[in-house]
Amino acid sequence: MVKKKMIAMLLAGGQGSRLGVLTSKVAKPAVSFGGKYRIIDFPLSNCVNSGVDTVGVLTQYRPLRLNSHIGIGIPWDLDKRTGGVSVLPPYEKTSDTEWYTGTANAIYQNLEFMEKYNPDYVLILSGDHIYKMDYEEMLATHNRNGADVTLAAMPVPWEEASRFGIVVADENNKITAFQEKPKEPQSNLASMGIYIFNWPVLRDALITLKDVPECDFGKHVIPYCFEQNKNLYTYEFTGYWKDVGTLSSYWEANMELVDLVPEFNLYEEFWKIYTETSTMLPQYMGPNATAERCIIGGGSEIYGKVNHSVIGADVVVGEGSLIQDSIVMEGAKIGKNVRMKKAIVAENVVIGDNAVLGEGQFAESKLDTRVYNSDLVTIAENSVIPAGVSIGLNTAIVGETAAEDYPNARLEDGGFIVKAGDKA
Amino acid sequence: MKALGIILAGGNSKRMKELTQKRAIAAMPVAGSFRAIDFALSNMSHSQIGTVAVITQYSSRSLSVHLNSSKWWDFGRKQGGLFLFNPTITPENNNWYRGTADAIAQNLDFLYQRHEPYVVITSGDGIYKMDYNDAIAFHTETEADITVVCKDMTGPVDVSRFGVVRTDEEGRILDFEEKPIATELNTVSCGVYIIRRRLLISLMEQCKEMEWYDFVRDVLIRQKNVKKIMAYRMDSYWNNISTVKAYYDVNMEFLKPEMQKHFFRDYPAVQTKVDDYAPAKFNPGSKVTNSLVANGAILNGEVQNSILGAKVFVGKNCSVKDTIVLSDAYISDSVVLENCIVESRVNIPEGAVYRGTPEAPCVVSK
Repeated sequence: MVKKKMIAMLLAGGQGSRLGVLTSKVAKPAVSFGGKYRIIDFPLSNCVNSGVDTVGVLTQYRPLRLNSHIGIGIPWDLDKRTGGVSVLPPYEKTSDTEWYTGTANAIYQNLEFMEKYNPDYVLILSGDHIYKMDYEEMLATHNRNGADVTLAAMPVPWEEASRFGIVVADENNKITAFQEKPKEPQSNLASMGIYIFNWPVLRDALITLKDVPECDFGKHVIPYCFEQNKNLYTYEFTGYWKDVGTLSSYWEANMELVDLVPEFNLYEEFWKIYTETSTMLPQYMGPNATAERCIIGGGSEIYGKVNHSVIGADVVVGEGSLIQDSIVMEGAKIGKNVRMKKAIVAENVVIGDNAVLGEGQFAESKLDTRVYNSDLVTIAENSVIPAGVSIGLNTAIVGETAAEDYPNARLEDGGFIVKAGDKA
Repeated sequence: MKALGIILAGGNSKRMKELTQKRAIAAMPVAGSFRAIDFALSNMSHSQIGTVAVITQYSSRSLSVHLNSSKWWDFGRKQGGLFLFNPTITPENNNWYRGTADAIAQNLDFLYQRHEPYVVITSGDGIYKMDYNDAIAFHTETEADITVVCKDMTGPVDVSRFGVVRTDEEGRILDFEEKPIATELNTVSCGVYIIRRRLLISLMEQCKEMEWYDFVRDVLIRQKNVKKIMAYRMDSYWNNISTVKAYYDVNMEFLKPEMQKHFFRDYPAVQTKVDDYAPAKFNPGSKVTNSLVANGAILNGEVQNSILGAKVFVGKNCSVKDTIVLSDAYISDSVVLENCIVESRVNIPEGAVYRGTPEAPCVVSK
């Protein structure tokens, strides 16, 4: 009989709506990161590096890019005869067919998948964080404590603790209380949404709570286990961990990679991050190019100047252009004499010659103040920016725009253009 | 599947000097991210040749490591696949491969057991992009016994590293000269041969019996009056890397936009084994112009007209010009390199200066 000690269930179905137009066509775990990767590469690589060789990836929102990225798992060596990676979308049943309505509901709908592997432990992960973590070490701690459930938690600054789900633990790390976004936090340990469950405990909780609407780990499963007097422990994590859930945190996390010795180091041999690469080419610097404080992906051709930026694979930066404090994703083509500052340019965007991005004054967003509240210019994938236009701060653009979309050749600060397809 | 492939990758060249002390020519890094054999392997794969034997002998460790999985060139199939044939000792044979023909003759079983009508034989050090199906079509149209892919070289060429041929108007090969010191001929053999599998088997059986070992000398030259040997001229880029100078020049040609377009961007692009290095990182003080930089490189100094392999580190205040740096080399601060080839994993100490010339590049090895 098949026997896997620990299998992982990776929740990758969410949209990540606060990434605005970046996730209008792809799920957040499939968003590019660091010039080469996609966000899901980090938890997936962690699994492989921790010896977890069976991973179910639960998809729902716009899964095409995720499906083709994961494929049969070759880049992570997860193309295995037993185990490996399986993509698990919602499916039709004879009755009660439903979408994944919550994190725990999604896992519940895949009980059969987990049972097939007869695991001792199930590791619950989400596909939208940037970090390196050894889940094997977390499991060792789990066993040492004789825990039923272990939650990874990290210390956050006390003044920010009221924004998180806080766990309170005794001196043995046994959890004594939970506080959801507390006004007066008793601890500064924030739950990271990473859980190890003893399989029977998880199974029992999921079946008992199956009729709870929008059943969620943080809101329902963990409190249920706590009420049942199960042994809940924390596993304190002090390494680099970044939730890239908002445009500015996404931008910051990318920019941190270009520091001289980045806190999050992609260059170390130990604990490599694996990804599906369409290109293996070297990157070409033209005769008048300059690049300082940046990382540049394979196959890119740089003819202009790039400063303090993250450039993906197969990007072209034309002669005379200046890219500063920006993220440019795979396949984007930037014309000549373009000036760009604090922009996030998604995949395969085309920017015409002499365009200027990110010049002006901050103004409140006319599109969505919840999402767009920084200086960033955000351009969705496959968009086209015509030559010669100027784009202000805190703006968003989706679709093939033309000169007539820009009155006086200008998109004012806080403005947006959304053409064709989904409104962001 | 019309053909199976044989890649002759066993060779060493004395004229590569210290560069091939570490590895076979076919495993030499090219253009920062590739190895020489990637070109032949990609051509095979893109020509729908799904069964390929790579014959290795000299210093084959690097090559075996590079070929540790066949999936990067799409050979990981249930039918066929990639085969690595090293010389083996059997009750009947305890010889190394004594030449290119002997290398094939010692693996006759591979030819017996297949069913493809044609065989494409190529060397592992050619830098070119080709659909072998075009050459096979030419082969059948001209009813050739053997087709040799050739290239008319223009401009001054060091013919002494090539085989050169003379043809009649129809393209039948009348004469071969193997690595002549000087010749008036400018049609060189690209080391790519098309032949029916049955004919190859009988020729190899003959070689075995007669103790003939070399494919050019003992097959092509001996048979040229009996068999119809045709020259198929290719018109796109072809070169090989059999000398230090040729290795340097071919790499430097990859700095030209048309070379990058031809090999990297025009479909189908050359494939290689996937590394898992992070993108190249440009730190303050780096100034990199007209250069190719592979993944995993970290740059702090000045680099000009150069090719940097994977995971290369360039320190502060360096001046690297017209130089090829192979993977994993560490160049400390304030190093000056001009017209050099830096071996992989070499650690160059602070302040070191190495200068070669374009005619005689300086090879920096451990």
